[in-house]
Amino acid sequence: MSPTDATAAPARTGRGSILARSSGLRTGLLLLPPMLWLGVAYLAALAALFVTSLWGQDDFTGAIVRVWTLHNYQDLVHIPVYRTIAFRTIGIAALVTVVDAVVAFPIALFMAKVASPRVRRLLVIAVLMPLWASYLVKAYAWRGMFSEGGLIDWAGKPFGLHSPGYGLVATTITLAYLWLPYMILPIFAGLERVPNSLFEASGDLGAGALTTIRRVVLPMAFPAVVAGSIFTFSLSLGDYIAVQIVGGASQLLGNVVYANVGSANNLPFASALATVPVVVMLVYLAAARRTGALDNL
Amino acid sequence: MIISPRLKAVLQVLTTLVVVVVYVPLLLVMVNSFNVDRTFGWPPRGLTFHWWNVAFHSSGARHALLVSLEVASLATLISLVLGTCGALALRRTRFFGRNTVSLLIILPIALPGIVTGIALNNAFRTMLGLQLGFLTVVVAHATFCIVTVFNNVQARVQRIGTSLEQASADLGAGPLRTFALVTFPMLRSALLAGGLLSFGLSFDEIVVTTFTAGSQTQTLPIWIFQNLFRPNQAPVVNVVAAVLVLVSAVPIYLAQRLSGDTVSGVTATP
Repeated sequence: MSPTDATAAPARTGRGSILARSSGLRTGLLLLPPMLWLGVAYLAALAALFVTSLWGQDDFTGAIVRVWTLHNYQDLVHIPVYRTIAFRTIGIAALVTVVDAVVAFPIALFMAKVASPRVRRLLVIAVLMPLWASYLVKAYAWRGMFSEGGLIDWAGKPFGLHSPGYGLVATTITLAYLWLPYMILPIFAGLERVPNSLFEASGDLGAGALTTIRRVVLPMAFPAVVAGSIFTFSLSLGDYIAVQIVGGASQLLGNVVYANVGSANNLPFASALATVPVVVMLVYLAAARRTGALDNL
Repeated sequence: MIISPRLKAVLQVLTTLVVVVVYVPLLLVMVNSFNVDRTFGWPPRGLTFHWWNVAFHSSGARHALLVSLEVASLATLISLVLGTCGALALRRTRFFGRNTVSLLIILPIALPGIVTGIALNNAFRTMLGLQLGFLTVVVAHATFCIVTVFNNVQARVQRIGTSLEQASADLGAGPLRTFALVTFPMLRSALLAGGLLSFGLSFDEIVVTTFTAGSQTQTLPIWIFQNLFRPNQAPVVNVVAAVLVLVSAVPIYLAQRLSGDTVSGVTATP
């Protein structure tokens, strides 16, 4: 990028002057490389994936049969186990999102409206730092937390509590932990934009702290919550690593997709399965758009 | 005084609680790397440096680390070029496809990783007939890393405006010269922040990687994942995990130094 530009210096060539005059041409030339990469290569890959989901597979040889069929989608709907897994995945993604929103709101409010600038800065760093810690390491850390005789068992013993063990509860907690910063930061940014005078006005009009939060702060922070939920929801929908680490034998959509690409080697069916999170996300994004949340990203 | 003292106290307690819950698992990983036992039992029966020594000499982990660094560097390089091109192209012109282009750049990271993963897997293997390996991982990573550079550079070019570049053009510099002497120096810290994010994203990625790496190429996350369930390797995995927790402080520190504005610099995307 820079080296070539730096060497192609003083003498103005014809190309240079055309570039200088035509901003359309310049835009086009600049757009060409990223659009070739994403627009042609990536979009084509996505389109091909969708096409593949409409193809069949030879049960005997495992080879893809290029005949149009809705068979894969019919299986998806009619075989109960896939329906169960799809709904379970969406349910867990929704639960993770709710947990994150509930946990993130107080800390975001504290950061935005209570903490001194110095504490706020420290908290922002404290929240961001785990984002840089490896995803696998964080999921692995919770495997240690939930293990039999592990930290949670040990801490719960005096109260007669046990670790929930590896399963869907552990999966939900781990996912909520993994995506929490993605919820805290947009809510924090959203609350920072709420003027202090609104708190005062609400107090002057006789509202208590909780009423102010419920009637003034929450409605104004809602688009930010939705913005954060896009990350937590989407990331949970597609996850299949955390559930393998802390989920015990539980399966989510991602596991089934992975199994169908790998061991079962049924790419058409895997493609059909993979369209489920895409469709769910598109619906979710369309709904989020109506709240104005997309401007908060 | 806009929030009542009682609510303040409640918020403070909740905030402390969340920060504790966020850091306890990470501390547990650190402590476990010194654990004498091979299990996660708490409290540990004794502490030792033995596993750190073993991990340091683990050829599998070292090789995987090297592959990860190479992949992340190459993917970052590609995304720097493509992301900057995209951001500069969209700066002044309001052409019809503007929103489509930004959507397209965000898409690889907005879609669940498995979707991007199997789409690329299918494209590499059946459409292009390529063998999965090092290069396919680099291409896949670059695809979802472009957005980090794009976001950072786009935010920067919006802030700096165009007057300095116009002045440069008025003084007789052509577009390339203006870019090298005026635009690029102003973009440098945004490029560093975007590149850092992109490097971190690639270094940590596992979902898309599992679909595009094939059986021969092992990045560090893949190595960890494959050794996670092997009791013999567990202590070494603990140490690698502890090292990664420590290393994660570096980019935060760098980002602080770079921008002083962590939130906008490092969080634009997951």
